[in-house]
Amino acid sequence: MADTPSAAPRRPFHRRRKTCPFSGDNAPKIDYKDSRLLGRYMSERGKIVPSRITAVSAAKQRELARAIKRSRFLGLLPYLVE
Amino acid sequence: MPLYEHVFLARQDISQAQVDALTKEYTEVITEGGGRIGKTEYWGVKPLAYKIKKNRKAHFSLMNIDAPPAAVAEMERRMTLSPDVIRFLTIRVDAHETEPSIQMRKSDRDERRDGDRGGFRGDRGGFRGGGGGFRGDRGGGGGGGFRGDRGGGGGFRGDREGGGPRRDREGGPRPPRDADTPPPSDTDERS
Repeated sequence: MADTPSAAPRRPFHRRRKTCPFSGDNAPKIDYKDSRLLGRYMSERGKIVPSRITAVSAAKQRELARAIKRSRFLGLLPYLVE
Repeated sequence: MPLYEHVFLARQDISQAQVDALTKEYTEVITEGGGRIGKTEYWGVKPLAYKIKKNRKAHFSLMNIDAPPAAVAEMERRMTLSPDVIRFLTIRVDAHETEPSIQMRKSDRDERRDGDRGGFRGDRGGFRGGGGGFRGDRGGGGGGGFRGDRGGGGGFRGDREGGGPRRDREGGPRPPRDADTPPPSDTDERS
């Protein structure tokens, strides 16, 4: 009856916890050759997006960062977007 | 013998036949050193994300190598001497992929990729949406864009921060007071 906004049944500011996109069944393989996949984990500026935003697990984030760096070396991905 | 994946980039103004000749040349170096080439791929001329030795595009080739390290080192040494090879990368792998690599089947994946990209961006509204949370990373987002995107990262943080403009980016229903006080960064950008 005396429902405060924070205790509302739909919990308006609750966000469903996301899971790692590289874990589980038919998850994409992290590969330095797949620049299109890796590009989705980079900012418009060309930075690697932190895992707290993309919900990639710590182990996979390390793998991802390594793949992005290899891909950059080959000129498939930019180091910096001006 | 260890397995390697080797990618090399050749200057853009040589022909594809010359790239094939280069591949053949380095294959011979490997076989002379007692190794074996599993598979070679030619990815074609691709644009580079940045200039490499004054080239804006390059021929990409991939070789799957099974060879002693000395043979690979010799091949790399010769590549550094070649004026046509502008860059190469050798990576030790546990297993070679047998089917064509992702670069070879890029074209038929294009539409599907764009499809699930939408879904991915969509479910993290706090990241791209909102008052330019992303622009903050460029340093341009006037009203604390970066802080905004951190605040919007998860519901648990939103709860801790006692309201304020950050809360608006949560994607939930906007408070009515928003109507008379315009959101900071959007208007800054336009005026």
